[in-house]
This record gives sequence, structure tokens and C-alpha cells, in this order.
Amino acid sequence: MSEEQAVERALARATGGGAHSADAVAIVAEATEVRVRGEEIEHVKQSRERTLGLRVLVGGKGGLGQAITSTSDLSDEAVDRMASEAVALARATAPDPDAGLPEGGFAEDLPDLELVVAEDRRAGLDRHVEAARRAERAARALDPRIVNSEGSDAGSQFRAVHYANSAGFEGRYESASHSLACSPIASAEGSMQTDFWYSVSRSLAGLDEPEAVGRQAAERALRQLGARRIATGEFPVVFDGPTARSLLASVAGCLSGYAIYRKSSFLAGELGERIASDRVTVIDDGRRPAGLGSRPFDGEGQPTRRTTVIEAGVLGSYLLDSYSGRKLGLGSTGNASRSAGSAPGVGATNLWMEPGQGSLDELVADMGKGLLVTGMFGHGFNPVTGDFSRGAKGFWIEGGERCFPVEEITIAGNLRTMLSDVDAVGEELLWLGSVAAPPLRVARMTVAGE
Amino acid sequence: MTREPETTPGEPLGGPADLFRDRFGIDERALDATLGRALERRVDHADLFFEYTSQDSVVLEEGIVKSGDRHLVQGAGVRVQTGERQGYAHSDDITVESLELAAGTARAISETGDDARAVAVRGRGAPTHDLYPVVLAPTDVPVADKVALLYEIDAYARSRDPRVEQVIASVVSQHRNVMIAASDGTWVADVQPLVRLNIQVLAASQDGRRETGYQGAGGRTELHTYLTPDAWKPLADEAVRLALVNLDAGPCPAGTMDVVLGPGWPGVLLHEAIGHGLEGDFNRKKTSAFSDRIGERVAAPGVTVVDDGTLPGRRGSLNVDDEGTPTGRTVLIEDGILRGYMHDRQNARLMGHEPTGNGRRESYAHLPMPRMTNTFMLAGEEEPEDVIRSVERGLYAVTFGGGQVDITSGKFVFSASEAYLIEKGRITAPVKGASLIGNGPDVLTRVSRIGRDLELDQGVGTCGKDGQGVPVGVGLPTIRLDAVTVGGTGG
Repeated sequence: MSEEQAVERALARATGGGAHSADAVAIVAEATEVRVRGEEIEHVKQSRERTLGLRVLVGGKGGLGQAITSTSDLSDEAVDRMASEAVALARATAPDPDAGLPEGGFAEDLPDLELVVAEDRRAGLDRHVEAARRAERAARALDPRIVNSEGSDAGSQFRAVHYANSAGFEGRYESASHSLACSPIASAEGSMQTDFWYSVSRSLAGLDEPEAVGRQAAERALRQLGARRIATGEFPVVFDGPTARSLLASVAGCLSGYAIYRKSSFLAGELGERIASDRVTVIDDGRRPAGLGSRPFDGEGQPTRRTTVIEAGVLGSYLLDSYSGRKLGLGSTGNASRSAGSAPGVGATNLWMEPGQGSLDELVADMGKGLLVTGMFGHGFNPVTGDFSRGAKGFWIEGGERCFPVEEITIAGNLRTMLSDVDAVGEELLWLGSVAAPPLRVARMTVAGE
Repeated sequence: MTREPETTPGEPLGGPADLFRDRFGIDERALDATLGRALERRVDHADLFFEYTSQDSVVLEEGIVKSGDRHLVQGAGVRVQTGERQGYAHSDDITVESLELAAGTARAISETGDDARAVAVRGRGAPTHDLYPVVLAPTDVPVADKVALLYEIDAYARSRDPRVEQVIASVVSQHRNVMIAASDGTWVADVQPLVRLNIQVLAASQDGRRETGYQGAGGRTELHTYLTPDAWKPLADEAVRLALVNLDAGPCPAGTMDVVLGPGWPGVLLHEAIGHGLEGDFNRKKTSAFSDRIGERVAAPGVTVVDDGTLPGRRGSLNVDDEGTPTGRTVLIEDGILRGYMHDRQNARLMGHEPTGNGRRESYAHLPMPRMTNTFMLAGEEEPEDVIRSVERGLYAVTFGGGQVDITSGKFVFSASEAYLIEKGRITAPVKGASLIGNGPDVLTRVSRIGRDLELDQGVGTCGKDGQGVPVGVGLPTIRLDAVTVGGTGG
């Protein structure tokens, strides 16, 4: 059965079987992935998968009960069974006055957002093998201290999303994601350092040259050789683009309507309040052409749009789907995310911090003495309180210059304080995914080392 | 690695291999034919992996079970290995035709050559272990029982303290059927149940501070293990206690100090700091901070660390790994000396070692890799109280959120979700936001005392590697580590 037919059948069986309302999504994904290490192909993967997800809502006293079922078996029998199981499961749940499909406002225009380039489908495996080889060679050729690698990965994924609901909305879009990544290892005096760099795009033509990816990755690994700890203390901290992006992703999670109504976000109840320095403006735009988070409609059929989330430091909007919007007495912002196997949730689309002025080097130079962070790891962020404490690496800065590489330290603070303490935002905005941030500087954080 | 937070019973079936034969027509002949096609050119090894998994969960929040879900995942993968190369193709369509197509794709990466080989899988083997005999699949327990359990937990947790503002609880049940057939004649099938109960409590103080506490438990057992109040009440108590402790917690001081780790879940330190670096793939490629160090001292005398996939009913246990190799107990560090690595078949073959039963994959859509099962340190002799008493000024870390490691540099970090200051040998004020950071090959040399109280974790760990998550276990006795870097915001 085609995925369109499966969606239609699932909805018909659900509503025919006693559901008050329902929606269904079918996702078809075709993927190719290659890893080359040194000169050798390490693995090649190819796959094609279809998954059908169904949400049913059944009427109860004062609200609707909800259940979600999914299957990768799209036979008539399997679809019928998942529909009847969904209805039975929804009857076992409690009526929730806020549950339900959106009341209306479904997407009317489905603009072409340049999410896929037709001829890219014809590119074969060989192209990926070649790209990964070139990145790998460029990384290893840059410096004799690049002695090894975890390999270079290249791949493409094509997706088709077909969504329909019992309120009459039906929509479909296709998208692609191509990527190239390189992870070299630099070695000197018995110690090893690794780092990585990558490029990701909706089109093959949009990917960076493999040599550029390989060289950038190698430079990142090399510059970390000889890293050491620094003394514990309080210092200004500059985050480069990739680490600023990681901070912004933590902020985005705390803007989700679900975290807000559950009061499990430090931003709950802060709408309209100043939560950051006036240098901080954050936008979410689901219709950015060729954006890695773009889609014409969200996981409930609502049109995606542009939302100013933080405007000059003031919290302008949460990110909402229809359910979390109802819980908060607000409307959806078109941010319902949906996989086949889950109920709608909230996700950022293309979310970025507006660039300011000055290069990364200028932000560093103005700092005088402090820390430049180029990598963070660990899970030390508590969204309820905003408490932040993560492992970091980067460079120690004195006199505005990079003195030596640093590792095995932690940086700690509270995200709310950090946002308020942003005293510079750089000008380079690099898209390495659906979230992007320019380099930024936080006036003061606790650094733990020796 | 992190910890987080009806239905129609399936028709009666025989063994898991019968399931794939009866439902999809995959019998001995189909296996032989597909493997034969995968081997048409010169390759070292080919295998087939079949999966049929059902999973369901129900979630309670704001005092009601708002939603339930149920999923069916099925598919098959064909893998061909030549030297260090692997070709893998998978599909959610389990038919002889799609398998043959996948076999052709997977084979296309192997060297050219034409020495076709015939393959005969041997009579399907029952796994040698029977670590999780489950009569009633957790996915077949009536959803009404699961819903009732969540309401009881909600009412109980709220009754414990007026500061409890929100309870989010869930029951997750999984029933995974796998079958593996390989060109060396391997043919084995296994049924792998997995259950998990999660309780998260949000508490608010009068001055508006909010904190969460989480406690969960699970394993490869009957769900009924967790339906009795004796089983779930301690978990709810613990979640409430943790949230309340953190309401009173102050900032953790930053700097270098002696650290005592409590028993059980803090074994995540071993998983991050040691375990990943001892996985065979990183050592074959010499990208691990532990590469070429077998026989060297990497821990203090008295420290013995094992990975054991054969513990009955544990979350990290398996009868066979996802390549059909029976799981085992691998000594990683013995009395402080590095003894061995954890292997899948490919890395064992390339390094001239024996597979250790650590070849695991998230699902049929993923390639197997060397992964941990249950990783823990054996108990020492000391009373846990004496270990704490030995510290003049330091940190007592009891529960952790999760951790991460850079395998190549060896640097790791993990975040405490319950920790206290130790002052003059006594546990004093709770602190929050503590992170421990260090270097894998170095941190266990700092172990100066080992308690006699080895505990395994409650069964909630999920390990992530290369984008694949698999359930794992960890364990630790109370230990003291000298001079560890602690991150926090306090002075």
C-alpha cells in the first residue's frame, strides 16, 4: 500500500471505529551513508524505511483521551490492527480538556522551500565515497602530526512526509539532507587530540568542498595539542559559533510550551520580561529557504512562520503547538514537531541569534584575559533552574591573544545569568544545522581547573 | 550515557525463530539462499539480522494518564564484511526478495572475485543462557494495570510532602524478537523483554524555587515485578527525597578536592572514564587513550573492573549479543592492571582476539559495534562509613545525571544530581550543579579506598555511541578518589 493510502485507511478505520478525531503521518526515508578511514572504505549503508504513525482522540467526560500507535508494516491488516489498538488504548486514558487537533488555521499555502534538489537523487554512492576520501586526504595531508582518524562520513537522506487529519487537512512535502564530516586525530609527545568539522545542506551543491572540511577538522585537532588545565577562578568567556549554538539549543529547549506549562523551565512565567542582555535577539523561522529546520507545515498541519522569540533581551514568545498553547491560553506558533511514533511535541524550526558586530578574534581581543571555549561536553544543564556546569576545552587568553590550548576544565554558571551577562555578539552566523548562533561573550563564569 | 525519564495480546507463537518463519516465510532455505547471495564474491563474513519488536508506554502527568502509545518495529539487515570493510543494507520489508536485494547491495562494496560459496546455517540454536525467562511479555500486560499503577504512584508521591507540585510517571514495556544467521553457520534467535518505570517529581519551595527528583527502575523481567507497592514505593520515596534535597542545596564549590562516590549508579564513572576506551573498535584503530596498554597499570591496586552480560534479569544483559555470540564476563582491569578489551566479531577477528559477546546494535537499522553490557567494579573490604570518614574536606556524590567521554584524549565529565560536602569526615550540606571532570587513564589511579558495598544500578541506563542507544547497566562500591577536579559555581 502506498503511504497516502495507508494514511487514508488509518484515519478511516480510526474514525469508523469510534474515534472523535484523528491524525496520521507517514514518513518515508531513504538513506545512503559511507565512512572512509585513511584510504579504506570502512562501511557503506543503504536503507529505505516507511513508518506510519496514527494519533486518535476519543470522547470522554469533559475532554478527549489520546493514544498514538505506529508501525513499519503498512499492510492492510497491520494498519487496521494499529487503528483498533489505538482506539482501545485511547479509551484507557483519561479525558483531557485541552487535548485535540488544532481548531483550524491549517496551512493553506505550501510554498516551495527548496528542501530538495531533484537531480541530487541521481547522485550515487561513488560521489559520497569520493567526497569522504578527499576530506580524509586533505586532513591527513595538512600536517605530519595528523596520524590517524575516526574517519570521514558522507551521506544523503531523502524524506517524504505525508500528513492528514480528520479535520480535512492533507499535505505532503519532500526534503533532503546531505552531509560530510571529518574526524582526524593529531598526535604529539604521546598525547592524542581529536576534533571534527562538518558541512550539512539541503543540496549537494550547498556542501562545503571536501578539502575545506578536512583541513578545518585537522586544524581544530592540531591546535588542541599540548592542552593543559588552568587555575580555578572567575573569568570572561567567549563561545565560538559552534559552542554558542549549543548554548542556544539549551535555551530553545527551555522555550518549549511543554516545559513552560509543566514549570520545568527556568523561563516559565517570564513572557514579556527581560531575560537576556539587549544584545540578544532570537528568531525562529520555519520558512527560511533551504533551511535545515524548514517545513511548509508543522506536525499538526499548522503553517510554519517567523516568530521573534527574544527581542533585544525581552522574551517575546514561547515555542508552541496547539496543546501547549491551550494549556497556556495562547495560540500555536506552528512549532509542532512530530515523528511517526510520538504525539506532537514542540521543536524549534530554524532558530538563530541575530549577529552583532566584530569577528571572533575581535571578541577575544577585547576580552583581555579569559577563556575562549571551542568545545563543550557532558550533560550538566538543569532546565528547571538554569544551572549550567559542563566540561570544556579551548584557549587561555591573555592580552587579547591565544596563549595556549586548554582542556579538562569545567565552566559553570546559570543560563539566565549568562544570557544577561552577554556583553558582545559577533557577526559570523554559521549554519551547521537548524540552530545557529554567532560567537558571543559572557562577562563572567566560574572556571574549575587546578 | 544518560538516565531519563490495551491492547491485544500477540497471537500465540512458538520460539522467536518460528515467528520469523511463520510471519514472514523466512526459513532455513531462505537464510541459506540470502547468505549465499551475500557471499557471491570473496568476503570474510556475512550475516543477517531480523527484528520484530513491539513497545508500549503510558505516561501520567498533571494527575491523569493523558496518553498511551504502542509501536511495532520490524525489519532485517544484511551485512557483508571484507577485511575492515562492511557493507550494510536494511529494510523494513521482511521478504525473501528484499533480503536478496539488500544482500546484493551489501556485497557490492566487497572486493571483486568469483569464488562463490555455499552456506548452510546449522540447526537453529537456543542461546546457551536463559537470563530472562518471562512468561508474560511486558507488552501483553493489560494497559489497565499499567494505568492503575501510575495513578497509585501519583497519589502516593503527592501524599509524601506538600511541596510536591508535579509528578510525571511512565511505564515503558518492550518485547524484542531477534534472529541472527551468519555465514559461519550461526543461527540463533532470542526473545528480549525490557521494562522500565520512571518517576519524576517537581517540588516547589515557598520562596518559588523549583527542583526535580528522578528515580526509575527496570530490567529484563516480568512487569509484575514493579506492580507491587513494595517495589515502586521506594522509587517514589526516592524521587521525592531527591527533589526536596535539591531545594535546600547550595552552589557546589569549584576546584580540586577529594571525592567519595556512593554505590550503584555512580558506576557511570567506570562506563565513561574506562569502559568506552576499552571497546575493541577504538583500540584496533588505535584512537583510544587506552590503545596498546594491555598489561599496564591503569588503576590503583585493588581495583578490578568487569563487564558482565550474563547477570540474570539485568537491563544490560543479553543471552546472545546482536551478532549471535553468547555474552560473557570480561575482566577489563584486574587489581589495577589493564587486562582486556570488549569485542564484536569484526574487531576480534582483526585483532586476533576472541569475540566477547559485546557486538550490539540499537536495531536492525544499525551496524553492530563493540558496546558495554553491565560494567562494574568489584567490592573491596572497607566499611562505606570509614571511606567517608577518611575525607577531611571534599565531595560526596551519590547520584548522577549522565556523563560523556572524549575517547581519544581520555577526558570525561559527568554531572551529579545529588551531592554533599564532606567536612572533617562528616556529610554536611547538600550542593547542586557539581560536575566531575578528569582523564580516563588517570582517574582510577586516584582510587584510595574501596567499600565492601558493591551495588548495581536500578536499571535505567542508556548508552549512546555513534548515534545508537542501547540499554546498559553499571555498578560500583563506595570509593574514594583523591584530588579530582570539581566544577561548580561556588567559591
